[in-house]
Amino acid sequence: MSAEKNGDRAESLTAAVAAARERGHAIAIAGDGSKLESTNGLERICTSGHEGIVDYRPDELVVTARSGSKLAGIASVLAEEGQALPFEPPLFDGRGTLGGAVAAGLAGPGRPWSGSVRDALLGVTIVNGMGQRLSFGGQVLKNVAGYDVSRLMAGAFGTLGLLVDVSLRVQPIPETAVTLARECKPGEAAALIGALLCQPLPVTATAYGGGVLRIRLSGSSESVSHAARSLGLDIEAEGEAFFRAARDHALPFFLNSGPLWMLSLPVGTAFDEADTFAEWAGARVWWRTDAGAESVRARARAGGGHAASFPPRLADVTPPVAKYMRRVKAAFDPDNILNPHLLPHAD
Amino acid sequence: MRNPRVIQLLRKRLTAGNVVTDTHALTPFETDGLTAIRQKPWVVALPETAEQIREVLRICREHGVPVVTRGAGTGLSGGARPLSEGVLLTLTKMNRILEVDAGACAARVEPGVPNAKITEAAAPFGLYYAPDPSSQIACSIGGNVAENSGGVHCLKYGLTLNNVLGMTVQTLEGDELVLGGRTLDAPGYDLMAAMVGSEGMLGVVTEVVVKLLPEPFAKRVLLAAFDDVRRAGDAVAAIIRGGVIPAGLEMMDALAINAAEDYAHAGYPRDAAAILLCELDGTKEGVTADVEIVRGVLDRGGAVEVRIATREAERETLWRGRKAAFPAAGRLAPDYYCMDGTIPRRELGSVLAEIGALSERFGLPVANVFHAGDGNLHPLILYDASKPGQLEKAEEFGSEILRLCVARGGTVTGEHGVGVEKLDAMCAQFTDAELDQFHRLKAAFDPAGLMNPGKAIPTLARCSELGGMHVHGGKLPHAELERF
Repeated sequence: MSAEKNGDRAESLTAAVAAARERGHAIAIAGDGSKLESTNGLERICTSGHEGIVDYRPDELVVTARSGSKLAGIASVLAEEGQALPFEPPLFDGRGTLGGAVAAGLAGPGRPWSGSVRDALLGVTIVNGMGQRLSFGGQVLKNVAGYDVSRLMAGAFGTLGLLVDVSLRVQPIPETAVTLARECKPGEAAALIGALLCQPLPVTATAYGGGVLRIRLSGSSESVSHAARSLGLDIEAEGEAFFRAARDHALPFFLNSGPLWMLSLPVGTAFDEADTFAEWAGARVWWRTDAGAESVRARARAGGGHAASFPPRLADVTPPVAKYMRRVKAAFDPDNILNPHLLPHAD
Repeated sequence: MRNPRVIQLLRKRLTAGNVVTDTHALTPFETDGLTAIRQKPWVVALPETAEQIREVLRICREHGVPVVTRGAGTGLSGGARPLSEGVLLTLTKMNRILEVDAGACAARVEPGVPNAKITEAAAPFGLYYAPDPSSQIACSIGGNVAENSGGVHCLKYGLTLNNVLGMTVQTLEGDELVLGGRTLDAPGYDLMAAMVGSEGMLGVVTEVVVKLLPEPFAKRVLLAAFDDVRRAGDAVAAIIRGGVIPAGLEMMDALAINAAEDYAHAGYPRDAAAILLCELDGTKEGVTADVEIVRGVLDRGGAVEVRIATREAERETLWRGRKAAFPAAGRLAPDYYCMDGTIPRRELGSVLAEIGALSERFGLPVANVFHAGDGNLHPLILYDASKPGQLEKAEEFGSEILRLCVARGGTVTGEHGVGVEKLDAMCAQFTDAELDQFHRLKAAFDPAGLMNPGKAIPTLARCSELGGMHVHGGKLPHAELERF
């Protein structure tokens, strides 16, 4: 196909969705399969090969790239210009794709301070379930023309559209980062985090696991060292590597086996259970447990939040919200051909 | 069409005085901030509780009456333009701050609370609400949600969308949707993202949970004067490139500088072709480091003068001129028309030059005062509505500016919304299939089409009548041809 070169497979991805719709076959959209367990026997469309940066100008703080691009590759291009994606997506030993990160809406350690995937998402080109290639949003930071369809795609697991290209905000990599650590009980960790939360300190990540609280500070070297002194905690030399491993799910905690749950809780929560790893000032807790789905969900609800199994998919919602979710799905994909296996209750 | 039964029902469900039908009493509601467009509503309903809002929506649904939701009426695109046979659902009486949860850095408020009141309530805890549209003393948080409002601090702190944690929405069909909340991620689709900026077309917001931020330790403002507009535009990109994200980065051209100076006496250099105002905030040490970086960039970028305000009073004086720029422009001509296109920052210099050329062609002066850091232009087209043809000329000039923004890879509205004002411009930015997708999304929330009908998204018929020239993502067919 001569029209498709230099990693641009937009035409064939569009054609593949249109053909699937014609045949009435549902499809499973995959990046490189880094988050994928099973496709329930559905025909698979991979965005791998649809890759490369379409537009990147450092002084615009915006990068536009094809959805099958490897996150690791994008990260290294941005790093050459001293920039990074604000939401620190997990790279999953190099296999994670940009489209996968946006579709799964998975953010890394800095999320409470530098925002979610959706916060960084400025524009998308998608193929909807009718096989139409459509663009929403754009490459500018402020844009209120029409409904915010592009942000609706973050965390929709490709059930509303196959992501073709995405435009994301980038930010400068801070001059320096320092990690502070302290051994403490969950309650003390929560108290320490609570005291930090509403202060204008250069905190950019927290993590609590194995009885150790870690706090990452980033910014100019003067402001980081001043804040580190004022907090009076020990500096951990390997802190940067620790938070990188936390981001990529490469910590020993993530390498263990057994069912893994992702709990979303209010910031400042002290979640006192064995086999947990808490990030985001207590707002995201990873919990490895054999407790049944119902008891994990009940535990999350009791804490004012909700739980989702990992690898993730669209989580269950309240009945009124579910009604509108179904209608939104039908507005984009009336024949339910895009990733139906990732919808709630699809099993 | 005007079924008297609807008025009776509204009077029964709401406090009698909160249902307005008297023609004189309706006058204040006939327009929002886009005063060129006026229409008296049939009836104004002023509910005081979410339950009353649900009742109003139920009555409208059962009788097929369209409903337009209105906040403080400061919108600049006619999004709250009433309908002569519709209900104007006005939320100004829903103005309670329900909770400030300082420990969780969040506040729960009703939709009619003025934007500035949230920061007022949060200030005793050392917290504030970041988005600050110019109209923040008056504009309501519900209106901010409907428009995804910005302000001068968007570049660093984001728009309304990025500062809202949760909301409660009533749909026309009578469902209550609790979206988001105190957790950072919500399960399911991000329907809140669809709701923010939807201009009252999908539902009515009855409660909002906003994120509060800790007041920074330090703030500094730099003023840089340039003898060339293009150089000032280039300096904006250079500051960002220097690795600094200013809390605010605003630009004013000569006409705006002098108007502001006459009005507010901020001490701006009257002979400058353009000034930049750059606010830096953060820790004391961080701000000191950033000031040095920005000063260096401005010096190298050819600024003829750089001033640094360190004391609070100096900082406020510098901002006073910028904040007074719109009323100040109001003294330059009997009327002005404020545009709201956004462009990639690299296009600032050349687009400003083209707006200057268009200004000569149309014979109408333009003052530029805008959010340069976001690439969000606010050209103020000066005209005199009492002179025949000037309003039409100003509107035509405005349309040219919006087409130019789209052609340069930007958008027709950065923060003011589409409303009724930019319906035609939407035809230039989106294809028929994209507009159709918008309509399908609208129908998912409001199949009856009774929520603020006719706003924000043009019908395909309207676009085809315009003979739509689609300029999409800066790519025109035959891009080599000069068109604008």
